[in-house]
Amino acid sequence: MFRWTLFLALAFVVLFAPVPARATTPADRTFHIQASRFAYSPSVLTVNPGDRVTIELTAMDVVHGLSIDGYNLQTTATPGQTARLSFVADRLGVFHFHCTTTCGNMHPFMIGKIQVGQNSLLWRAGGLAILALAAGFFISCR
Amino acid sequence: MDINQAQEFSLQNPVIEQVEAQTGRARRPVSAGQPDRLDLLRISWLRPFLVSQWPQFLARAITLTGFLFTLAAGLFGTRVGSHNFAIIFVWLAWWTALKLVFIPLGGRSWCSICPIPLPGEWLQRGGILSPGQRRFGLNLRWPRRLRGSWLQWGGFLAIGLFSALTLTDARVTAWVLLGLFALALVLSLVFENRSFCSYLCPIGGFTGIYAQVAPLEVRVVDSSLCATHNEKTCYQSCPWGLYPLALRNSAQCGLCMECLRSCPRDNIAVNLRLFNSDLGQPSRSYRLDEAFLALMMLGSALAFSAVFTGPWGSLKSAAFAIGSTRWALYALGFLALNLVLMPGLFALAVWCGQKWSGIKTPLRGAIASQSQVLLPLGLCAWIAFTISFALPKLSYILSVISDPFSWGWNLLGTARTGWSPEVSWLSPLIQVALLLLGLFGAASLARRLAQTTPRNSFRQVLPGLAYCLAFSIAMLWLLVG
Repeated sequence: MFRWTLFLALAFVVLFAPVPARATTPADRTFHIQASRFAYSPSVLTVNPGDRVTIELTAMDVVHGLSIDGYNLQTTATPGQTARLSFVADRLGVFHFHCTTTCGNMHPFMIGKIQVGQNSLLWRAGGLAILALAAGFFISCR
Repeated sequence: MDINQAQEFSLQNPVIEQVEAQTGRARRPVSAGQPDRLDLLRISWLRPFLVSQWPQFLARAITLTGFLFTLAAGLFGTRVGSHNFAIIFVWLAWWTALKLVFIPLGGRSWCSICPIPLPGEWLQRGGILSPGQRRFGLNLRWPRRLRGSWLQWGGFLAIGLFSALTLTDARVTAWVLLGLFALALVLSLVFENRSFCSYLCPIGGFTGIYAQVAPLEVRVVDSSLCATHNEKTCYQSCPWGLYPLALRNSAQCGLCMECLRSCPRDNIAVNLRLFNSDLGQPSRSYRLDEAFLALMMLGSALAFSAVFTGPWGSLKSAAFAIGSTRWALYALGFLALNLVLMPGLFALAVWCGQKWSGIKTPLRGAIASQSQVLLPLGLCAWIAFTISFALPKLSYILSVISDPFSWGWNLLGTARTGWSPEVSWLSPLIQVALLLLGLFGAASLARRLAQTTPRNSFRQVLPGLAYCLAFSIAMLWLLVG
């Protein structure tokens, strides 16, 4: 019982300990994304919390879409035309964006991601992984 | 195992040597010494579902019909995967159900209703519900040198190499399913029992190793009763050629319940048990082919997560461009990961553990034994990977139900539904929780294994656990990084 309590308390600390964040001033960020079959370029965007983000999507071969999970935003670009999407990055974390118009076999897996601020989930998960390993090993000790 | 071997087994078993003269019990014997098991047959409302052939037959009829419809959709419907019933129902609905429900809760329970081997099995038995007078097939023994999991391991590796095409092209999926169906049928007519399922089916290999983690098993209740039962009807009726008294793990048992139905003494239990119950048993020796299968499952989970859920478009294109130089490089990387990197690093970890602890058991046996810790972690990693691509794409199911061939139908009015569950916040949390659970299970198992070593040496298993941690961090980075 003591071990369970100890590991749960440590897990609580890892989960809720404040992560020092860099103080940043919200800025305007514009990304030009080229979409071709099954790939966005660039496919990983990093912004700071509060940034005003504009995505200019250009389809290079066939019609492609872009929908950002968690932000409920989407746009579609036809070849030769640029579609724009603007939003304020006010939700922290890592969000996938994906194609919304069927563009070929691998269309369901045409994915990119946008990271807003630090990815604290990954760091906390790493800490919890070490704890889970230790807990599994020591709690099962007879 | 033939009938003579089965009888010899029961007579040589030290437990059975103490046969008491209490034979011929009419009712179910009380299971002794298994406080961590709950026999589901003792639940009155559940018993008829397990004992009767009809619920299973109904489920088999549905899956066989679904299978034939899937073939038709794959062969005659659109090739665009996201609009074809075959792709969505095989690789989204069934694959998700297999990993989220069937395996973690029921081990090889899918095998009991899988449509692929059914016609072959019916021909072998000469009947559908019960064996007939005229049976078909040569009934040959499966070659000894082809036993084990090596062929399943190779099959799964091949699926991995061509996965980007198989998972997205309806025609290819249909031809792969048709090929498996034909192979199962032919092998049923040549070899005895479910040789295809036991030694060839790649999905059988997948479900088999993870069935050892699952909380369900079929076991004998009172082994002494089996010793006095000369006919061994359970063994005679088992389509898998297994003798329930000899079962030490659930890797091969297809949960078809034929032993249960044929036992005249009601001496078979369908137990609910703790997770990982098959693993870490000092009495059981593990084989190198099982270790390689477990390692390849980890490698494949990493590779599939990178290809299907990662943001690297060039990797997706390379995996899809079968036959091109890019694909050759992808294939080389995939094979190197699964044949060299994952096994090599694990062997190194086990070797370090051996050196550190001073235990001088053969490395081969130590690798096989310690690979058990990879099973709970591997299963959780596969579930986490499945969640990442299945949950956001559930809306495809509604769409293809209304228009399975993508011929412009709208049978249920859901063909053009754009609804998709908003799971972007939930999915990473579930994935992290699953990987933590897998690590916890791996560590508990490592501890159990350490306690079975002569010196109770923890040092022997710690490098293996470091390997598990490194794998989990890599999965976390791929899934939520």
